[in-house]
Amino acid sequence: MSNRIKKIKVGMASCGIAAGADELYKILEANGNGIPLEEVGCIGHCYAEPLIEVETDAGSIFYSVTDTKQATIDNIFNLGEASRFGISEIRAAKENVKITRLCGRISPTDIDEYIANGGYEALQKAQAMSSAEVIDEVKISGLRGRGGGGFPTGMKWGFMASKEADEKIIICNADEGDPGAFMDRSVMESVPHQLIEGMLIAAYATGSNKLFIYCRAEYPLAIKNLKIAIDQAYERKLNVINGKPLEIIIKEGAGAFVCGEETALIASLEGKRGMPRFRPPFPTDKGWNDFPSMINNVETFANVPVILAEGGAEYAKIGTEGSKGTKLFALAGDLENPGLIEVPMGITLAEIVFDIGGADRDSVKAVQTGGPSGGCIPVELFDTPVDYDSLKSLGAIMGSGGMIVIGQNRCMVETARYFLDFTHRESCGKCTFCRVGTKRMFETLERITAGAGEIADINFLEDMGTKVRSGSLCGLGQTAPNPVLATLCYFKDEYLSHIENRQCEALECPALVDVEIKQDKCIKCKLCIKNCPVNAVSDDFVIDNTLCTRCNSCIEVCPKDTIFRCKKGDGYYSG
Amino acid sequence: MSTDYSCLEQIDKNPGNLIKGLQTIQAEHSYIADEAIVATANYFSMAVVEVEGVVSFYAQFKRTQPGKFQICVCDGTACHIKGSTLMLDWISTELKIADGETDADGFFSLETAACLGCCSLAPVMSVNGKVFGNLDRKATLKILKEYRKK
Repeated sequence: MSNRIKKIKVGMASCGIAAGADELYKILEANGNGIPLEEVGCIGHCYAEPLIEVETDAGSIFYSVTDTKQATIDNIFNLGEASRFGISEIRAAKENVKITRLCGRISPTDIDEYIANGGYEALQKAQAMSSAEVIDEVKISGLRGRGGGGFPTGMKWGFMASKEADEKIIICNADEGDPGAFMDRSVMESVPHQLIEGMLIAAYATGSNKLFIYCRAEYPLAIKNLKIAIDQAYERKLNVINGKPLEIIIKEGAGAFVCGEETALIASLEGKRGMPRFRPPFPTDKGWNDFPSMINNVETFANVPVILAEGGAEYAKIGTEGSKGTKLFALAGDLENPGLIEVPMGITLAEIVFDIGGADRDSVKAVQTGGPSGGCIPVELFDTPVDYDSLKSLGAIMGSGGMIVIGQNRCMVETARYFLDFTHRESCGKCTFCRVGTKRMFETLERITAGAGEIADINFLEDMGTKVRSGSLCGLGQTAPNPVLATLCYFKDEYLSHIENRQCEALECPALVDVEIKQDKCIKCKLCIKNCPVNAVSDDFVIDNTLCTRCNSCIEVCPKDTIFRCKKGDGYYSG
Repeated sequence: MSTDYSCLEQIDKNPGNLIKGLQTIQAEHSYIADEAIVATANYFSMAVVEVEGVVSFYAQFKRTQPGKFQICVCDGTACHIKGSTLMLDWISTELKIADGETDADGFFSLETAACLGCCSLAPVMSVNGKVFGNLDRKATLKILKEYRKK
């Protein structure tokens, strides 16, 4: 065969493994007659996992391998046409892959491959400049903190550089606690060296000598790859900055959302309860063990080598007036193509959700940005450009980059309840408004979704929401009411429907729906009867809504899709 | 007989390593027992209440013995809107244990996580760290059945 296979790369980030990539790897190994296999990270197209890249003399061919039948495997080795994977043209046109250029294309744990692709050149380039010049370059680039706050990175570096102390600490915030976000996980699993390079450049620019990576313990693969990468960097003495070897320490978080807040993160690094404290003093004055400490997010650091490589001015050509560069988003929820995307700042929500995400225009209700700290933006406002300031003006935030598409069949009151359930449990308890206020708001939302709400509850939520926002010390409390206030602003009719009519239009809240079988299409297979955990389906195929727990077991199991949720009161009740 | 907590000795006695110490104990003993808290407090020369305070603050630390197979249902945003509540319900009904409980023979325990980071495969759950994605009721129950055979 003229077109020889040189190498096969298997996407083995967490998402790939969950989709069965490790099993696929073993099968390819057994069938491959010695063709070299390589474990790589994630290229962001999670919907097509497990994904493999077959490198041939004539370029790469991607396959989305959803089964491991012999025919499928043979097809790959024969470079067949079936199950080939290509990035849709429309997505390719909208994306701008710079920061994640190497994600899923190189082995995360092979430093030589990273170097062969231009890795650590930016670090060398930086060291040939003065530290002030490096900071200027970052300032010119207009890079703003990617963790959610959006503080200008160059300015923060400038503050840090001006401090004099025996020890100066750089901390990478890799405690991606925001449910629905996985950008940092992907970067750490796929290109750990890029993060380390960014941190070393920051250390050089600010004169710091100790580096921490605070990573959540739920990311074992990220931690493993980072450890390997750090050892390799030590071996090559890349961590020797200004003649002194710098220590890079990984600290595993222990599961607390509030530790994403910088003063709480520092407390946690010191081995204490992760409680935020009043600022000032800012961490750059008094941080870890009272030494000046600078905290940046994973994605922020991952941007730094790109900025240094191409120059701040070139970097700043992409984006909007106040938000420069590209941004990673973790796209998930009700859409065709969930995954990790990298887009230029200023792209509209419609382009992200419909063009890249492939969501159906008629079935989308809203998008939630910024996770539990953000807000939902209704589909009518999807022309909004994605940048720090535009999203803020709509009551949402950019956040770290979680973006969840919410379909028409989802209840917005329930969504708000879900977020408050999360934040009220994650509140550290220090500020009364956050500790008690979020709990009262959550209880009120529970009541409304249970069909026991009153009209006064809406006023209460608005009033309490504003008070929690202004009466909390840290970002968690200040933003916790956002999901409620935003849904009250854009979807008030849903609240009113729950309260006044005791109905959930989306048929999602269990207390406000019934379940029934459409008798005309039922084939009497009895699967629903067998699977009902509470024996609510009678022998003549009628669901007794007095017994039914709305667990959806019958709906899931019905082969003819004849069982439906319906409005409360439309189903049958025995008593 | 008292339990052996010598695994602590590989860690520097600086109180800044308290969380690391507790994580080491949990990795070795699968949970943090009362006597583990006392042993840790002695090791780092801290008050027992200080250690207890840190243990109770972080979601990662378990105070009761988990089952042989630890099921963790992801309740991240993506999983939630894709029906993780129903999934929890199915597992709970099947195994007759609620969120946070372990079954009578110590085989399965059930918990929820804020996010496992596999949002594009929602809804997901993990069993002893192995992640399963795109789950419906049938697939979920099948996984439980397979683990039960082990």
